[in-house]
Amino acid sequence: MISKEDSPTTTRAPEGGARVPKGKRRAGDVIFAGGAQGSGILILAILAGVAAFLVIQSFDSLMANTANFFTTSEWDPNVREEPAFGVAALAFGTVLAAAIALLIATPVAIGIALFIVYYAPRRVAAVLGYVVDLLAAIPSVVYGLWGIGWLVVELGPFYQILEEYLGFIPLFAGPISTTGRTMLSAGIVLAVMILPIITAMSRDVFQQVPQAHREAALALGATRWEMIRMAVIPFGRPGIIGGAMLGLGRALGETMAVAMILSPSLVISWFLLQSGNQTIAAHIALQYPEATGYGVSALIAAGLVLFAITLVVNMAARFVVSRRKEFS
Amino acid sequence: MTTPTRQTSAGAPGGGATPSPTGGLLLSRSLPRFFEPALLLVLAAVVGGALFLTGLFNVPLLAVVTLLAYMVTITIASAVVENGRKAKDRLVTAVVYACFALAMVPLVSLLWTVIVNGLQRLDGYFLTVSMNGVTPSMDAGGVYHAIIGTLMITGLAAVISIPIGLMTAIYLVEYGRGRLKQAITFFVDVMTGIPSIVAGLFVVALWMMVFGPGKTNGAAGAIALSVLMIPVVVRSCEEMLRLVPNELREASYALGVPKWLTILKVVLPTAIAGITTGIMLALARVIGETAPLILTAGSSAVAINWNLFNGQMMSLPVFIYSQVRMGNAINYERAWAAALTLIVIVMLLFFVARLVSRFFAPKLGR
Repeated sequence: MISKEDSPTTTRAPEGGARVPKGKRRAGDVIFAGGAQGSGILILAILAGVAAFLVIQSFDSLMANTANFFTTSEWDPNVREEPAFGVAALAFGTVLAAAIALLIATPVAIGIALFIVYYAPRRVAAVLGYVVDLLAAIPSVVYGLWGIGWLVVELGPFYQILEEYLGFIPLFAGPISTTGRTMLSAGIVLAVMILPIITAMSRDVFQQVPQAHREAALALGATRWEMIRMAVIPFGRPGIIGGAMLGLGRALGETMAVAMILSPSLVISWFLLQSGNQTIAAHIALQYPEATGYGVSALIAAGLVLFAITLVVNMAARFVVSRRKEFS
Repeated sequence: MTTPTRQTSAGAPGGGATPSPTGGLLLSRSLPRFFEPALLLVLAAVVGGALFLTGLFNVPLLAVVTLLAYMVTITIASAVVENGRKAKDRLVTAVVYACFALAMVPLVSLLWTVIVNGLQRLDGYFLTVSMNGVTPSMDAGGVYHAIIGTLMITGLAAVISIPIGLMTAIYLVEYGRGRLKQAITFFVDVMTGIPSIVAGLFVVALWMMVFGPGKTNGAAGAIALSVLMIPVVVRSCEEMLRLVPNELREASYALGVPKWLTILKVVLPTAIAGITTGIMLALARVIGETAPLILTAGSSAVAINWNLFNGQMMSLPVFIYSQVRMGNAINYERAWAAALTLIVIVMLLFFVARLVSRFFAPKLGR
């Protein structure tokens, strides 16, 4: 933190006839400070505006909706006289895809962060930091293209093995989709996409583990893994959780990869290897170009639900991360 | 730090040698240093041979089976020769290395597939013609209109976001205090998590109120991108401004320079390299955004459009998406080539940003 200079324009020695009168406000200062503060307030206004406009524009369709918005799976906003639509299946798909992504990405991300901070040689570690950042810089639409053009094909045999040996678990029950455009594929691509953010957060917090803690563990004869388990993980847990929740927020809102990979249907299905399910974000992207009448307003209502979910997740994540700052 | 009394065979790297009370040696037995790589090579050869004989040979299977076999054997070997704790340590080391290798798979395969597939179609012709008058299955057309759209929309987004973001960062570092500062800091963080499609919907809702329904143009896309870009700019600029040492500000105040001029002439020039880097990374992030542009700038433009305020505007990410939606072989070829173009642009921004921060870093020391 930088200590604030309260009134730099005041002169320190008033006696002896100060040339600059005490406490004079220069026009430049007033304008500049006002502009800076105004920008800050504008950001708050934009965020409030996002919420406000979504609420206002979704109002029409929600009023006209004849079905329960939260428990219905169908999406028929343009049936004359009685539009019926709901986000039940969409919300389920959104959470399911994000959960798959989180389950895959978190352990791997922790492993990478540990590798970068404690296992890799220092020179290599610096380069690896860039490489992980690079993974974050690749546009989501390219991930989608890669997912549908390469990953889905490569995963085919793997899915067959999964169905053959784990098919008794309902999650992996067949018949498997021949195209591979399934929930599991979408979840895997999402996992790759949120890997960098979880890795970055975990890496930051691992680097902040006090050296005294680590050396104390090693001095007591701990192996490297015991040192990590006893000194690093307890210290880093809030950072890992915060990072995972930020990743979750991103996975919930990710649009293109899901829209391009998943072959959608508006059902609530637990079968990860069959086509089906859909997420809110992908549904909006796919439906919007053809939406008319109440359609647009209904999609905005779905967007409002997504906004609310991600807002809660992100605020919780920030809360967890900022609490760590207070204690360390 | 312990000082080993006797240097025998090398212990596990970094693990530290554990003195054992039993046995004649002060250092416990440990596997030789070359054991791990040697074991890995031997196992790879054995597994490779076995797979080859059974006719199941392929590279991913070889890697997975070898890795699993390695984890099992190293744990057993270490448990027999060393002790249970070291065995666990070696197992975790293997797992951590495996995690890292696993993460390299998508990156390498993604870059590889994009480059290989993209180069088939990426040439001067592809970059300099639009899709105007090209029927979907024609072996022609390019991304000129999309490149122009991307540059113009992102440019306008930058023009909107940079002043707001930078001024907010200045407020947070130089002026802000109390509740307002806390609120802005918190909500900027929250804003970085807004899904891009929601930013698009926000502009759709706004445009519907102001201009009526169904109006799409480049400016709408730029505003949606600004919503995503502003928080990133604020965060990176804020970090950079905080790095400027307070002594510089105080020296300036001591010379009677007003605060706003101090910020303008002392603080900003000191931090300019970092700020530039942050802004370029923010640009690299939003230049690949697709979802908000589908909603706001349209997804069916085929002609060159230089006007941000009138008519649909194509952009590279949306071009990729809409080509994939059409689904023919020719469309995929165009999509891959456009993806390569987009990645090259993003990587350029990324590396130039890194170079700027490396070579023009603020000279904090003397």
